[in-house]
Amino acid sequence: MSEYALEIRQLEVRYGPVRAVRGVDLTVAPGSVTALLGANGAGKTTTVMAVSGSRRIAAGSVSIFGKDMTGATADAIVRAGVAISPEGRRIFGSLTVEENLVVAGSVVPDHKVAVERKAAMMERFPILAERRRQLAGLLSGGEQQMLAVARALMSGPRLLLLDEPSLGLAPQMVDTIFAIIEEVRGEGISVLLVEQNATLALDVADHAVVLANGEVAASGDPAQIANDAVLREAYLAA
Amino acid sequence: MELILQQAINAISLGGVYAMLALGLAIVFSIVRLINFAHGEIMTFGGYGIFLSLLFGMPPAAALLIGVGAAVVMALAMERLAFRAMRGADVVSLLITSFAVSEILKVLFQNGISARPVPISLPASWSGTYQIGGATIGVLPTVSIIVALVALLGLTLFLKRTEIGIAMRAAAEDLEMLLLLGVRANRVVAVAFAISGLLAGIAAVIWTAQRGSVDPMMGFFPVLKAFIATVLGGLGSLGGAVLGGFAIGILEVLAQAFLPEAFAPYRDAIVLATVIAALLVRPDGLLPAANADRS
Repeated sequence: MSEYALEIRQLEVRYGPVRAVRGVDLTVAPGSVTALLGANGAGKTTTVMAVSGSRRIAAGSVSIFGKDMTGATADAIVRAGVAISPEGRRIFGSLTVEENLVVAGSVVPDHKVAVERKAAMMERFPILAERRRQLAGLLSGGEQQMLAVARALMSGPRLLLLDEPSLGLAPQMVDTIFAIIEEVRGEGISVLLVEQNATLALDVADHAVVLANGEVAASGDPAQIANDAVLREAYLAA
Repeated sequence: MELILQQAINAISLGGVYAMLALGLAIVFSIVRLINFAHGEIMTFGGYGIFLSLLFGMPPAAALLIGVGAAVVMALAMERLAFRAMRGADVVSLLITSFAVSEILKVLFQNGISARPVPISLPASWSGTYQIGGATIGVLPTVSIIVALVALLGLTLFLKRTEIGIAMRAAAEDLEMLLLLGVRANRVVAVAFAISGLLAGIAAVIWTAQRGSVDPMMGFFPVLKAFIATVLGGLGSLGGAVLGGFAIGILEVLAQAFLPEAFAPYRDAIVLATVIAALLVRPDGLLPAANADRS
């Protein structure tokens, strides 16, 4: 009996009468990367936001490391070990780079741990150390994405939700971000990776799920999905 | 020259009160998108706190502190009892809720205490004057300025240097993101209300000390001016609220001091016309909020 880092069963999320996510099943095995793919509006971000406690779950269940967290508040989900780098990065542009990390670290019970983690992030992402006193809004897109990942890691998560981390970035920066994803997995952190760049995501992922119109269109081995011409043509546009 | 110095002190002292009230409104608005029309009643409640403490024989300094404390308690109670249930509702529903809170409190003040002004008598020495270069300056306006500046400086340090202060600035920019980081919403919102109550309480102390009485409508006009100040400064912008508060205070005193007698009835109209002119040039206010485009 294996326990998943994340186990979503028959998830349904509605916006008014619209069922944006319908009966989605998805798992992330511990220490692995699951890619969540699909076209715009397929329900990827809605799924991620439902997992993080920011969208109301109409039906189905969300378990995190074997614990039922369906309908839990965002702060309870963070305490269960989940962190997110959301769509559009959403760094706090009017705060400095360092303040962005301080805010994220404020949820760590032990203040000393938060301070150590902040120092570790600065060491890991030297560009953030260089710009620590600059307003985060002045960073480039790639730097903002690094800050968003560093900010998510401040809570010491066991499961990281990454929503479109490569969107709008220069190719070289995309490579950097994917290298970070592999690094994070190497540390034993499980990752749910939402991506439009299907080729790169399938390359790094251990498991893949394709959404279309709020439903699972396919799921399984990334290599198989990558080689499925019909699937690629219909849903991945890559 | 003397007149200018005296009027400058009056202008900055009045501007300081408006700035504190406007800042309290802006802090709450920036985080929960609530335009709190009951903010004036927080101030009034602080005034009654001073009145009742004096009535029960507290020393004046203690009475003023109790007044500030009463305003903080009232702000927190409003949040807990009225606004928390409405969290996330649209701006109009929130605005109407705050109207209801405001009306209920005014009726309670009228029926529970008095519909007429009740006196607040502070020691005579507090209303003294001193001389600078031939000008006669009031002690109270001077103390008001110092208190307001200390409050604004203290709040700035709080927002820049403390973890919860930084979290509040983050909340003003993107509350949902802050919650996604695991920060508890109730804590941030309660601190925002507590700060707005603290500033309204300090404003109540200055206001009642200068006027010597409290009535159920006491908070209405200064908070109305503070609303205008927040719009002038840029709705949701904290720096803008302070700037707007001082601008309105200074405009009012200028209008009062230097306009011919015949224009006196149009004083408010002239001040407001100036504000409208400023907004025509800068529609988002003098110092627009960082997230003005998203609201």
